[in-house]
Amino acid sequence: MCLGGTVRNAMNRASSAWLFLTPALLVLGVFFLLPVLAGLGLSLTDYDLYALADIRNLRFVGLANYWELLHRPLFWDALGHTLYFVIVGVPLSMLASLGTALLLNSQAAKLKPLFRTALFAPVVTTVVAVAVIWRYLFNPQSGVVNFVLTHLGIGPIDWLGDPHWAMPMIILFAVWKNFGYNMIILLAGLHAIPADLYEAARIDGASKWRQFRHITLPALAPILLMVGILTVSGYFQLFAEPYVITEGGPLQSTVSVLYLMYNEGFKWWNMGTASAVAFLLFLVMFAATALLWRFGGGRGEAA
Amino acid sequence: MNARRNAWLVNGALALCAALVLFPLFWMLSVSFMQPGEADNLPPPMLPLHPTLDNYRELFAHAGMGRYFANSLIISTAITLLSLVCNTLAGYAFAKLRFAGREKLFGTLIGALVIPAQVAMLPLFLLLKYVGLINTYGAVILPAMASVFGIFLVRQYARGLPGELLEAARVDGAGELRIFVQIVLPLLKPILVTLAVFTFLTAWNDFMWPLIALTGQQHYTLPVGLASLSREHVQDSGLMMAGAVVTVIPVLVLFLALQRYYLRGLLLGSVKG
Repeated sequence: MCLGGTVRNAMNRASSAWLFLTPALLVLGVFFLLPVLAGLGLSLTDYDLYALADIRNLRFVGLANYWELLHRPLFWDALGHTLYFVIVGVPLSMLASLGTALLLNSQAAKLKPLFRTALFAPVVTTVVAVAVIWRYLFNPQSGVVNFVLTHLGIGPIDWLGDPHWAMPMIILFAVWKNFGYNMIILLAGLHAIPADLYEAARIDGASKWRQFRHITLPALAPILLMVGILTVSGYFQLFAEPYVITEGGPLQSTVSVLYLMYNEGFKWWNMGTASAVAFLLFLVMFAATALLWRFGGGRGEAA
Repeated sequence: MNARRNAWLVNGALALCAALVLFPLFWMLSVSFMQPGEADNLPPPMLPLHPTLDNYRELFAHAGMGRYFANSLIISTAITLLSLVCNTLAGYAFAKLRFAGREKLFGTLIGALVIPAQVAMLPLFLLLKYVGLINTYGAVILPAMASVFGIFLVRQYARGLPGELLEAARVDGAGELRIFVQIVLPLLKPILVTLAVFTFLTAWNDFMWPLIALTGQQHYTLPVGLASLSREHVQDSGLMMAGAVVTVIPVLVLFLALQRYYLRGLLLGSVKG
């Protein structure tokens, strides 16, 4: 009887577990999993304005959307801009995060909580709102940035009108907005390094640089890898910044892959093509993060 | 002597970084109180000559900012409350209730994190359009009612709850739902605050999906409304900065008030379990 009770109890628990899971799984299933699968199907159709009006206009086109995109210069441009943003933006962000985390972790640092909060503040702000600030700060005529630069003998730089300078400006924005996030994670990683490691190194007469190179960096390596991968996949999703600051310009120099997807899908209503863009982005992101993981993981094992 | 120089260097560098980082926010606040056109002067003024609230008045009287603010508040609050329920129930089940296929299902959810949300956006738009939900609050609230991150966060925390306590309650004949409400929920309170702050900030700041799903001005959230205003009023820096202040201040204040909880969520969410 006691055994029977336990079994019934366990079964009870299993069924209530599913009851507890149902709301969340339902939401994720209907509003995420289902659309993802439908998206794959959508990318194989010519869903456009006509199909939106009458679903009977919908045709299956196989991989034609993908084929057409791969032969369109604008897609490669958008991918190129996005890669530029990721390849330059991620290392700069990581350097800023690591640099400030090291400063905050220094024994000499005073008012740590205050500095930490100040440096973290941009992370919680609204992208759109602070992107609007950026547009005025980097205004070529009246902006503060050019005013300071001209006094230093540089520029003026046409941040908003010159295709060569628009993306660097957006990268500066992203670094400013995001570095605080990884800074907090790296700071926690630095706290976790045992102090006696440094003590022993000091007794051996190791310089600050050698301590950093041989104690700090190896200890942080796994965290740096994880944070790097997360930042890479975040930066691939560039959209709001060019939408607000440059509207994709000048000369489409800041059109990102997602910007292209948005325009295709919600401006021109080419939902089939837009879905194909989304899946191509997913593919590129997946390849990039897998490569990083492999590369970083291999190195981690060797160390 | 060397140590003292080092201290100066470190603190000087920190102060410089903090000043650089905070400058755009300071400038936003300052310009929002300036007269029309004042910010375009050279050299750029750092403080308003005659501070005025005109930009704010204009924003709420003519630019529909009050409406956007209310929309943002309604949507973010609804998302926070509803997702708190879904994620807590699921996170607790994954942590403490035994059922066949638990680890596999959880692994699948975590695996789904590699799929960027934008992949789902086009079909989701069509789905919501066919059921008539596009351009309603529901279009933004419904898809955000559960998140893998939220489930993960609750699970990480709930795994640390003492199993004996739950076992004892079961022996006493308490049902699973009663155990959850009376024993588990009070113990989960810290992580619930963390998750609530996180969810609210994310919902408040979200841009791409609301931009797609809310097609009419009457339903715009603050970021969507602000982006649209900034395309109409490019020249009017004072007005736009006031709009940025109204959008940013609520989340900044919330963060400053509950910083401890927020940062814990950030760390818990990034450490792999």
